[in-house]
Amino acid sequence: LALILCIGSLCTESSTTFLYHDYCIIGAGPSGLQAAYFLQRAGRDYVVFERSHAPGSFFALYPRHRKLISINKQYTGKSNSEFNLRHDWNSLLSHDRRLLFRRYSRDFFPDADTMVRYLEDFASLLKLQVQYNTAIVHVMLEKNEQAWNGHYFLLTDQDKKSYKCSSLLVATGTWVPNVVNFPGSEYVEGYETVSINPEDFAGQTVLILGRGNSAFETAENILGVTNFIHMVSRSRVRLSWATHYVGDLRAINNGLLDTYQLKSLDGLLEGDLEDLAIIKDKKGKLHITLRFYLENRNISAGIDSITLPQDELDNFATRAPYDRVIRCLGWKFDFSIYNRSLRMMPGKGNIRKYPQIKPSYESRGTRGLFVLGTASHSVDFRKSAGGFIHGFRYTTRAVHRLLENRHHGVPWPSTVYPITQLTNSIVKRVNEASGLYQMFSVLADIILLREHPKTHTTATTGAKYPVGVLAELEMQTGRKAPNGLFIIIMEYGRNFSGADKDVFYYNRAVGEAQHAWQSNFLHPVIYYYKRLPTEREMRLRPPDWPLPRPDAIHHIVEDFLTDWTAPNAHILPLRRFLENCLGTDLRNFFAESCFLFAFTRQKLPPFCWQGYMRMQGLVGSEGLRHHAVQAGLLQDYTLTDSSGDRPPHSHNRAQDQLLRDQVISIRPLQHLVNAKDE
Amino acid sequence: EPSPQRYFSSLEAGRASLAYFSHSGSPGAQPFLEQIESSAEALQDYGISVVKVNCPKEDVSRYCGKENALRKAYLFRGHMLIREFPTDALFDVDSIVASVLFALLFNEVKYIETLTDLQNIEQVLKGKSNMVFAYVPATGTAEHRAVMEAAFVYGTVHQFVLTTEAALLKATGSDDPDVSSAWLLFCHCQKATDPAQPCRRTPLGQPLTLLNIHRHLKLMGAPLVTEVAEDPEKVSTVHLQLGLPLVFILSQKETYEADRRTAEFVAWKLLGKAGVALLARDLVDLNVLHRSNVALKTPDEGMPIQYLVLEDTDEVITLVEDKNKVKQIQEEEEEEEEDEAEKENNNQDIQDDQVVEAVSRDKKRELPLEQILVLTEENFHSSLSSAARTVVLFYASWEAVSLAVLRSYTEVADRLKGTPGVLFSLVNCWDWPGICSQENVTQFPTIRIYKEGKQSVLYDGMWGTEEMSSFIMLSRVSCPLKLATMDEAEGYLRGEFPSELSPYTHTSLLGVFSTATSEARKAFEEAGNILSGHVRMGMYLEDDSMALSQKYSVSPPALLLAQSRAQSVEGITLAKQSTQDLVQMIRHELLDIFPEITVQNLPQYLQLRKPFLILFSAGDISQMENKEEMLKVAKGRAQKTFVASWLNLKKTPVGHGILRTYFATMPSLPVLLWVNLHAGGQVFKFPSEQSITEVNILSWLEKLRAGLETPSSTLSEEDWKPPLPAYDFLQMMDTAMPELPLHNAHPPGNTPAQPLAEIPERDTATQEEPSQDTAAEKVGIPGRDLRGTAPRLAARDKQGKRHSEL
Repeated sequence: LALILCIGSLCTESSTTFLYHDYCIIGAGPSGLQAAYFLQRAGRDYVVFERSHAPGSFFALYPRHRKLISINKQYTGKSNSEFNLRHDWNSLLSHDRRLLFRRYSRDFFPDADTMVRYLEDFASLLKLQVQYNTAIVHVMLEKNEQAWNGHYFLLTDQDKKSYKCSSLLVATGTWVPNVVNFPGSEYVEGYETVSINPEDFAGQTVLILGRGNSAFETAENILGVTNFIHMVSRSRVRLSWATHYVGDLRAINNGLLDTYQLKSLDGLLEGDLEDLAIIKDKKGKLHITLRFYLENRNISAGIDSITLPQDELDNFATRAPYDRVIRCLGWKFDFSIYNRSLRMMPGKGNIRKYPQIKPSYESRGTRGLFVLGTASHSVDFRKSAGGFIHGFRYTTRAVHRLLENRHHGVPWPSTVYPITQLTNSIVKRVNEASGLYQMFSVLADIILLREHPKTHTTATTGAKYPVGVLAELEMQTGRKAPNGLFIIIMEYGRNFSGADKDVFYYNRAVGEAQHAWQSNFLHPVIYYYKRLPTEREMRLRPPDWPLPRPDAIHHIVEDFLTDWTAPNAHILPLRRFLENCLGTDLRNFFAESCFLFAFTRQKLPPFCWQGYMRMQGLVGSEGLRHHAVQAGLLQDYTLTDSSGDRPPHSHNRAQDQLLRDQVISIRPLQHLVNAKDE
Repeated sequence: EPSPQRYFSSLEAGRASLAYFSHSGSPGAQPFLEQIESSAEALQDYGISVVKVNCPKEDVSRYCGKENALRKAYLFRGHMLIREFPTDALFDVDSIVASVLFALLFNEVKYIETLTDLQNIEQVLKGKSNMVFAYVPATGTAEHRAVMEAAFVYGTVHQFVLTTEAALLKATGSDDPDVSSAWLLFCHCQKATDPAQPCRRTPLGQPLTLLNIHRHLKLMGAPLVTEVAEDPEKVSTVHLQLGLPLVFILSQKETYEADRRTAEFVAWKLLGKAGVALLARDLVDLNVLHRSNVALKTPDEGMPIQYLVLEDTDEVITLVEDKNKVKQIQEEEEEEEEDEAEKENNNQDIQDDQVVEAVSRDKKRELPLEQILVLTEENFHSSLSSAARTVVLFYASWEAVSLAVLRSYTEVADRLKGTPGVLFSLVNCWDWPGICSQENVTQFPTIRIYKEGKQSVLYDGMWGTEEMSSFIMLSRVSCPLKLATMDEAEGYLRGEFPSELSPYTHTSLLGVFSTATSEARKAFEEAGNILSGHVRMGMYLEDDSMALSQKYSVSPPALLLAQSRAQSVEGITLAKQSTQDLVQMIRHELLDIFPEITVQNLPQYLQLRKPFLILFSAGDISQMENKEEMLKVAKGRAQKTFVASWLNLKKTPVGHGILRTYFATMPSLPVLLWVNLHAGGQVFKFPSEQSITEVNILSWLEKLRAGLETPSSTLSEEDWKPPLPAYDFLQMMDTAMPELPLHNAHPPGNTPAQPLAEIPERDTATQEEPSQDTAAEKVGIPGRDLRGTAPRLAARDKQGKRHSEL
């Protein structure tokens, strides 16, 4: 159908100047290239528009001081490529192993130029369709009944050339600097143009507006040569190691906090910038005052007539004049190119720098318009990593998969497992899946149960689905969930993260599986629903919960090494949870046990049914069976040949005793687990 | 404490006394003196006086004079010295009493050291008196004292025999002699008449104390069977007085003799555990069922007598023994219940998966991986093409089942090492998920055999060393194997060609085709692809001579089936079968008519979904006539409706577990069962009194079919529920959450400052998020806050217009 449509549209429009593509991507930054990669692999008709002559133009300029604060971990001690992506914040997803960022830079915090080079390689090595030097200046809609979404997107570039697309992927990022207007804001220099040469600040007193990473990065650069630096912003400083949000102030830039708290002349202040006013005196020094004082004065009367706060309050904090004021207030999305009919609206409150989108990354105003990359961060702002490469590379893939299903009838990729592999598949995912780990609380693996749990259920898993659109799962993925579902997600402890939280308190780490729900650090959580939650349930979910109240929930206890493969602390409680959700016994059995069950029970446990009965019984080596006998979990009938009268009771007792002994030997180890974190 | 002269003059003839001589004030013997003083009272009961004699300093007489004499105690009877004891043999009251009585009862208690001594005594006693034989691990112990004290009382009635030899204990027939604890037997020699037979023995089941010995001897002394002719409620015997139950055998005049014999038989069995009485019901007016034959009276007061209908004397015995057991079990259960209540929460973290537990117990052992190449993303493809056959085990290093298979796999690699053209390798999917997903490995473990690095065969057999080895060896040869000459074909049927395969399978399949029949050939070749590794398949294309088909009198296309053990060749003509049908047929042909069921092959036979007629045998049955009879049944008409099979308990010991589930007690072997595994789960036992012959089996099967037999057991229909509950985190959160300050983000202190009317103006988005910020502002550092320092500004609420970035 899609093919006919595009031919049809090409035919009808051939007389006009429109160039048609199924997918248009605006912006050849990381998310634009990432989307292009997936479309290319799927063999779709797409084009990327880039206003610059090369990809990643934002990185060509920013960060001004050139040091990226995304980590580039060379070594993890593991060869698992999926796991290693958990600690690689710069690479985009691709099948090409040359395109791993660690092959580009050996720096833990790499240079921004390396990122530009990397993106150039990504576009060229993968032969992505990027049209450079094309700045899209206007986007409008053309109603058409036959179009995928009821309309086409008409794009116009700086040369008035027009393009027509069925689906529009906006990957423009946020690049318009945030500006604040107050009397005297003309004296303020912007981050985007301020000098990065520390020499230019020698012996100066500097006021920095803003309290993000760019503000601290600027301060860090000139810390050693200035008289002092003051920083002012409305909110208190948010440290990323306390909030677990990578967009907050990273420790690499926080030198000024040190000098402030050690009373080395630098300082931080809280205040609303809109209350400010800056007055320049005759010597060119900048004085801070309040807009309130200006409103009742005649400005023309000159500088001397203006009241300064220190006139009334002689210990006013910022009474010292400044040589320079620098604005480091971040960026916002460029809303200007969209026609009103697209209803691209800014979000509300603290996400007003981003366009309004649904949890599926589709614009709230226009069907078929998807926002990718940094601009899509409103979905998980201040929560997860969706505004950063290591997060949006996964959300971009999720959008691609949604589109594949919507327009090409390709259901969400999934694997079918027998129920006996359920525990294994979950353990595998929580230990290596990078998308779950980076996009915690946002992307989830979903396991759909296919048959009635009483019979021999098989499960389908769909990876890295945005949980925000869980209610639309069947429509969005083309997969059905008739018998309930499991959702695997990673979470921090509910009350652990926050700007004012002490994240180093004693006993912050939970070591025992039975207290796993109190885990504070990132750990896997599995939600079980007997049926798919509705949209209403999604809306009414408890605050701070990524999902509505489940029918059962399981936390895998946090782990110091993020290695959740311990048989007793991690896998056993998980198995018990799954067993109780499914109402069945998911233990493994040696062939000998299955043999006994086959002769003595009318029903068999799933493991025997799936394995032994299909001629795939686990015979087990002599040594293993001996261990099982010693553990009291397997009976050795060779010894009891004729003494059938031995009371089975005493045997059980011995078993229990054995088990108890074994537990006792484990306990001290668990203690170690706690101590390690401290 | 008399002087020596006074002591010796006071001695009376026939009276025993224990004397200890000491110089006044000698300190060394103080502890000994204490013991001997406290034993005085105990010895008094036996008419033995204990005396400490004070030697004057200058006395040099026999008992006072010598230094070493003072370290001894002397036992006199009258004036006669019977024994002198070193004081270190008299370390406590028990040892003093035991030693003194042992010395005095020298004739009454015979001390023996060999079995011959015992037999001699027994021989002498037969027909005269009974014997009490005691074993004590050492003299001077509490048990020794108890035996001696009993001997003092009963020594004239019974002959007491004592030993400290553990060898004797074993010889007297206790199966599991615990040489560290004492043991007492009552030997009924008085009634024994046959000189060849040893006397009947009744062991004392309780610890050796004076009271228990006394009780035991009293019970032994009671009449074996009491004859009762009154209301059993009123009857009281020694047994009831001693807290033991009394069993009544209800007798009638007509059957008196038989009943008497039964009662005696039971009485012997229950000796020491219960009393037996013979109740003549003709003489007593009993208001009980006429069928009742046994009654049980318990010593507990107020408990009514139970009247029972029992069929077997064993039942009487178990009845009594179980009474005791029931009590014990009840006690144990109570304990257990407590345990269980306690366990309920703790058990969850105990591993109950046999595979996981076995693997984790084995994890410290280093696996011998010398024969196995570890593959990585770098060397995977190059290694595959380096050998004719590369066997790859895909596993996950954290997954128990695949680790269990890895252990068997190392055994396979070791066994087949040096096989040309076979490379053993493994991939850890936890390290290299890329390879595993590329090779479409979704389950752990997976074994694939790659042929020259290209196409691969998935291993789908049992994860056992035997099965894997055989599969690997068979898949080295193409399937079906094209045979060129008649000689090859013959050798192939004998299982000799190709020689490297001969140890691995006992059935050979040979497809015989004339060149014309290409369709059947194609189907056969495809079937070979599917069955590759599991079956030995050959193919022979005949020329015109048709020698092979004539020899086995088949016309091509045909299948020759050779059982190398049976040395017979069976010919099957192939019709126009599809590949699937052919595979099905070959699988079916490979099944035995009368298979020995093993753990490994059971699933093949279960797939037939037929009931099992199965003979459980203690060992191999090839030499038994049962086998012939069973084989006849198996080959008979009825074979299509059930699987006739047998199980060797020696080879498949888990069969004991099956029998134990079916029957409360182990039936005598061989036992023939009909097990309806697929419908109803009923188990029928072939009557043990009948011999296993074809006729008997068939008529029994007829009865089964007619529903005339009752099943001995029915398989449990129970579902496989979760073995234990999971942690209910949802509930834990619910109980804990109310206490958690969920909304601590909204500081109450902030509200008064906000005029109520302004709240609706704030949009919802800012309401949630920045509330924390306002909280922070409020508690911001005083004096540094711009607004704090300009108080008039603080009154102006501008939250609605705030710059959100900051």
